[in-house]
Amino acid sequence: MNAVLRADHAHAVIETRALGKIYAAGSEAEVVALKDVDLKIAHGEFVAIMGPSGSGKSTLMNLIGCLDTPTSGLYLCDGVDVATLDAEERAALRRDKIGFIFQGFNLLSRMSALDNVAMPLSYARVPPAERRRLAAEALTAVGLGERLKHRPSELSGGQQQRVAIARALIHRPAILMADEPTGALDSRTGQDILALFERLRSEGHTIILITHDGEVAAHADRTCVMRDGELHAMAPAA
Amino acid sequence: MSSETQGPHTAGGMSLVEVLRTALFALRGNWLRSALTSLGVIIGIAAVIVMVSVGQGTQAEIEKLVSGLGSQRLDIGPGAGRGPGGARISASSFFTLTEDDAEAIRREVPGIQYTSAQLRGNTQAVYAENNWSSSWQGVQADWFEINGWELASGPGFEPRDYTSAAKSAILGESVRRELFGEEEAVGQTIRLGRVPFTVTGTLKSKGQGGFGQDQDDLIVIPLNTARRRMSSNASLPPGAVQQISVGVADPDGLSDAQAEIEALLRQRHKIQPGEDDDFNVRNLAEIVATRTQTTKLMSWLLGAVAGISLIVGGIGIMNIMLVSVTERIREIGLRMAVGAGPRDIRRQFLAEAMLISLIGGIIGIALGVIGALLVSKIGALPVALNSQVIGLAAGFSIATGLFFGYYPASKAAKLDPIEALRQQ
Repeated sequence: MNAVLRADHAHAVIETRALGKIYAAGSEAEVVALKDVDLKIAHGEFVAIMGPSGSGKSTLMNLIGCLDTPTSGLYLCDGVDVATLDAEERAALRRDKIGFIFQGFNLLSRMSALDNVAMPLSYARVPPAERRRLAAEALTAVGLGERLKHRPSELSGGQQQRVAIARALIHRPAILMADEPTGALDSRTGQDILALFERLRSEGHTIILITHDGEVAAHADRTCVMRDGELHAMAPAA
Repeated sequence: MSSETQGPHTAGGMSLVEVLRTALFALRGNWLRSALTSLGVIIGIAAVIVMVSVGQGTQAEIEKLVSGLGSQRLDIGPGAGRGPGGARISASSFFTLTEDDAEAIRREVPGIQYTSAQLRGNTQAVYAENNWSSSWQGVQADWFEINGWELASGPGFEPRDYTSAAKSAILGESVRRELFGEEEAVGQTIRLGRVPFTVTGTLKSKGQGGFGQDQDDLIVIPLNTARRRMSSNASLPPGAVQQISVGVADPDGLSDAQAEIEALLRQRHKIQPGEDDDFNVRNLAEIVATRTQTTKLMSWLLGAVAGISLIVGGIGIMNIMLVSVTERIREIGLRMAVGAGPRDIRRQFLAEAMLISLIGGIIGIALGVIGALLVSKIGALPVALNSQVIGLAAGFSIATGLFFGYYPASKAAKLDPIEALRQQ
């Protein structure tokens, strides 16, 4: 496990200690989804988490993304102990620290690209004019500066995922969480998106990429593998 | 970069303006559904408006009647009284009252302060080019006191005008306006039918009556003049009058005076015990009581319609909001993932329910105002519309939306973002 705990001396954005999650604890349907996961991710790292379905990687992602609370162990998200937070405080933590990128993009179809990207800021009381300015900036950063007014249905899959990435970047989160970001894209578009991730990493973003695809994981600095609820380190791709 | 270590601020959340804007945007996407959903609220609020305005109108009317001589007057008309057999009026009993009856009441019934016998009819009033169809009242001197009329200008009638059947007329404000406009009326000569009259006064305006009629549309002439000069009275029995009005000095003496008058008139008209009266004494207090009863019934009916409509409308809103929560479960999950707290989600759906209801309420207010005006026109019921009624209705519609929207909104707020995002 020591290899996983490759903690830099720099401040860790994500730190878990003996993190565990049991569903339906005590009942016959009890499922141990996560066992003693120790993970430390430093600021500016690009980490891939791999594993087959059912291995617990979604559970780990939900915990790291502050969508769920662990049943045992400790999780410090950018220094905050998530177990002590209620639903309202976890929402605020997600708002301030985490940007999600989903396999299915999850854009709101009735809104323009600009409004989709600006949406998270409405929960942070950013004034509308400022929101639009930041959203336009974020869209330009992912190469969609010309398509601010387009609806998701008027964009290609790769463009939609770029909109979703811009949305995840809009409030400058400490952590970008991407769940199979290339899963719904053809391989060439997928390569473009992965190139974008690498660029973001070089600009100092912390990225956690969840995938079952080894080729995708190869773009990361290091890769961890989930197996039966346990996390194992994997040597960086050559 | 917000990588500095700090706890989350939950105090943020969406501002109220933002919540309303988001809700309005969501409703626009499904405007037909939203409009249909608000139908129950529209009907309910319209009923509230009509109910309250009719209720207040009746209240105002009663206050008007009770003020002045309302609770101190009796009106005696021809025809059978309302006995146990109900109202019975036969044509032959139409002129059973005479001026002498009025005189006898004045002389013999204790506690009577004012007495006036009247004749009335319709006529065409003409002055120069102007022509106005109005009604006239032939009155005795006390009539002005009993009915609370005051002169606005002119000397009015001299005592000898009543005895000599002078061709003098006093005009109500509406008649004065129609015939003379800006011109001075007093001293001018007008024609009522073919008979020339001198205008000796005008009445102060009373405005619209409690029943919605124009009280100022009348011409007052002395009773004797009416009997001798107005052609429609040519075939009257000698001394006949259509109505006798009396005012008692003390409101508490009203029923005693009524009994005395009835006894006196039975005696004068030689009505045997067991026979029906050939006159009837009306007590305004009784009329008011009947009217209050009618309005109360109508208010209850409208209140029931309003209550049921608002409940049905509210359930409709709840239903559509539950559908909406299910339909938009992924949107809810996404909004939660990017930082919307349960409070934000609850507020957003509450705002949508409230807006549906409020928009329905606004349409309902418009329909209710039209309805109230129709009731006053067709139903001849008094109606009072004011901003309080409208404010009340708007409050009701917002409350309906909030009450029935709370459950769906809470349901949305309690969603697990992981589950919500997993939905296809």
